[in-house]
Amino acid sequence: MTMIQLIGVTRRHGGRPALDAVSLSVAPGEFVALVGPSGSGKTTLLKSVNRLVEPEEGEVLIDGRDVRDVPPHQLRRGIGYVFQSIGLFPHMNVAENIAIVSRLTGDSRPGRVAELLEMVALPTDFAGRMPRQLSGGQAQRVGVARALAAGARLMLMDEPFGALDPVTRDGLGRAYRDLHDRLGLTTLMVTHDIGEALLLADRVVVLIAGRIRADAAPAALVASDDPDVRAMVEVPRRQAARLAAL
Amino acid sequence: MSPALAEALAALPTLLRAHLVVSGSAVLIGVAIGLPLAIVSARSPRVRTPVLGLAGLVQTVPALALLALFYPMLLILGRATGLAIPALGFLPALIALSLYALLPIVRNGVAALRGIDPELLEAADGVGMTAGQRLRLVELPLGAPVILAGIRTAAVWTIGAATLATTVGQPSLGDLIFSGLQTEDWVRVLVGCAAAAALALAVDGLLALVESGLARRSSWRVRLGLGALVAALGLALVPAPAAGGQIVVIGAKNFSEQYILASAIERRLRAAGFRTERRDNLGSTVAYQALAAGDIDVYVDYGGTLWTNILRRADTPPAEAMRAELARRLRERDGVLLIGPLGFENAYALAMRRDRAEALGVRTLDDLARAAPQLELAADLEFLTRPEWRAVRDRYRLAFAGQRSYSPTFMYRAIADGSADVITAFSSDGRIAALDLVTLADPRRALPSYDALLLAAPGTDPRILASLRPLVGAIPVERMRRANLMVDRDADKKTPAEAGRWLDPGD
Repeated sequence: MTMIQLIGVTRRHGGRPALDAVSLSVAPGEFVALVGPSGSGKTTLLKSVNRLVEPEEGEVLIDGRDVRDVPPHQLRRGIGYVFQSIGLFPHMNVAENIAIVSRLTGDSRPGRVAELLEMVALPTDFAGRMPRQLSGGQAQRVGVARALAAGARLMLMDEPFGALDPVTRDGLGRAYRDLHDRLGLTTLMVTHDIGEALLLADRVVVLIAGRIRADAAPAALVASDDPDVRAMVEVPRRQAARLAAL
Repeated sequence: MSPALAEALAALPTLLRAHLVVSGSAVLIGVAIGLPLAIVSARSPRVRTPVLGLAGLVQTVPALALLALFYPMLLILGRATGLAIPALGFLPALIALSLYALLPIVRNGVAALRGIDPELLEAADGVGMTAGQRLRLVELPLGAPVILAGIRTAAVWTIGAATLATTVGQPSLGDLIFSGLQTEDWVRVLVGCAAAAALALAVDGLLALVESGLARRSSWRVRLGLGALVAALGLALVPAPAAGGQIVVIGAKNFSEQYILASAIERRLRAAGFRTERRDNLGSTVAYQALAAGDIDVYVDYGGTLWTNILRRADTPPAEAMRAELARRLRERDGVLLIGPLGFENAYALAMRRDRAEALGVRTLDDLARAAPQLELAADLEFLTRPEWRAVRDRYRLAFAGQRSYSPTFMYRAIADGSADVITAFSSDGRIAALDLVTLADPRRALPSYDALLLAAPGTDPRILASLRPLVGAIPVERMRRANLMVDRDADKKTPAEAGRWLDPGD
């Protein structure tokens, strides 16, 4: 049983492949991190799942169905999408931002906003605030609440905590992981922070130049003998060792 | 209150309402066309470049010219399609002003939509909005301040430019400004300008209220601003209480004599029980075309003007023959009816101070030709380039000691203070009497006759013609000069309506 399945997905940017015949399966309930250097195709891969990017070759299936079988807007309403700049609508308050998907589909449920705010550990009186009144961490919690609002089972996250300070980032990362487990979500998360990937995810996929170089559980990845992968993994380990020696 | 102020204020409500209707409709059409154009242009560079270029091009055409262009265009369109398209008044004004309103709306609309943070558009796509939902829920609300700023600019421009709609026969606050400028009635000009400025400021203020309401998410501001605008336009659209009776539309060109005569005609028609409307400040060719098309019912034009401009004739027959030929040809050609001559001419004439003319023994242009080598000629700005001057000069062999061009006011100053001996006057000009000038006879008929002729539209109701017939032959040139002087002089100025009453007190 797979939640997401990519089969031979290729996407070029000006002749150069951003994704080069990538195949990948994600099982329901898995938390998969996509890591790799800038320009390795992480974001392109993520966006090919909710069709913000259309691959030139290959297939993307969700629950066994080709994503091209439904109109893109309907597909996206069933998938949570969180990205680095958050994209809260500045002319809508927190409650309106969270309820936007139910407004699109026309099935709003009273009390749902309060429930979601509680889920992301924000006080319910935040509902009336405007996005500009929120701190970065609070805004991203609202972003997560908005992604969860329509009852999505699948979350796509693109550097979700990338713009936050380290403390907030750590707290929010762990809080999200709890939510993932509690709600039984399937999460595909792009991050350039290999440490974050190793600590949060069940599985880490390393993309280099549009190809999957490694795909393993964190413990196994740390033991990889691929020199590029080793180089990436070494960074947080060396930092940890130096910090411990202080 | 001075009669000038009282008259201007009495005309104000009707003109204000007409002004609001034409400029308001133009802005609404500008928004209705401009916003979709902006949306399409913002998405497609292939549409954007020509649309913005074209809107910018329209803007470079002076508003006055743009208005004037639509008159012949609609006329041709009407003839080509055989439809009854009104070429004068509301329609050409509306089209020209709508086009004029387009640029700021499209330009700001494009800037607003293209200026939206791409991250927000990605978020909108990411939560599953359709293109329409994204436009309605994200792009338009976020672009609203810039879009509204464009609409505000368009509204202020349009209200200003609508004063020019007067020249194509659409009543507006420009009626007060144009006729006031012509007769140097500054009270009238000021009332027109102040009303137009107040209207522009009020509309701009209400739109600013809507804009701030959107920015602050304050729905009462939005509702109050929009409500007041809709209410004002609604009030302006409520038709004036119909007072029964047929409406006769009187045209006038843009100088004092025409306003005075239009007032006299108006008084005659009202006395006969007709309702009247005025279309003042019509361009010279527009006036005749408007009459031929039935957009106006009656106005006064001059024999020589019709002869050269409408019939395109270059000869100068005697007044009687010209009048008979005009009556026949205009009727055949356009169905226009010549009711009759009013009794005076407004022709180019050479004039001298009476004392000087008598001292030199000059009574005719033949006499003048003999004295000319010692005399200075002062002409108005165009006379020396007109065919009339060539005809006079060649037929009488006139050779002055010197000749200069002046604006009319300074030309009269020049003869008054003796720095010129001869001027080119209009024969019905009030200043001829005021300065005690004599006009010189033209025995060789070099100057065409400029009989003031009362004209009526094709198929005009015989009762209208009958009520105007008493004016035929009733206005000798001395009387017209005095009426013109009442309006044109600086001291103890009268309004054209007062002068019209003096000119033709009625029965």
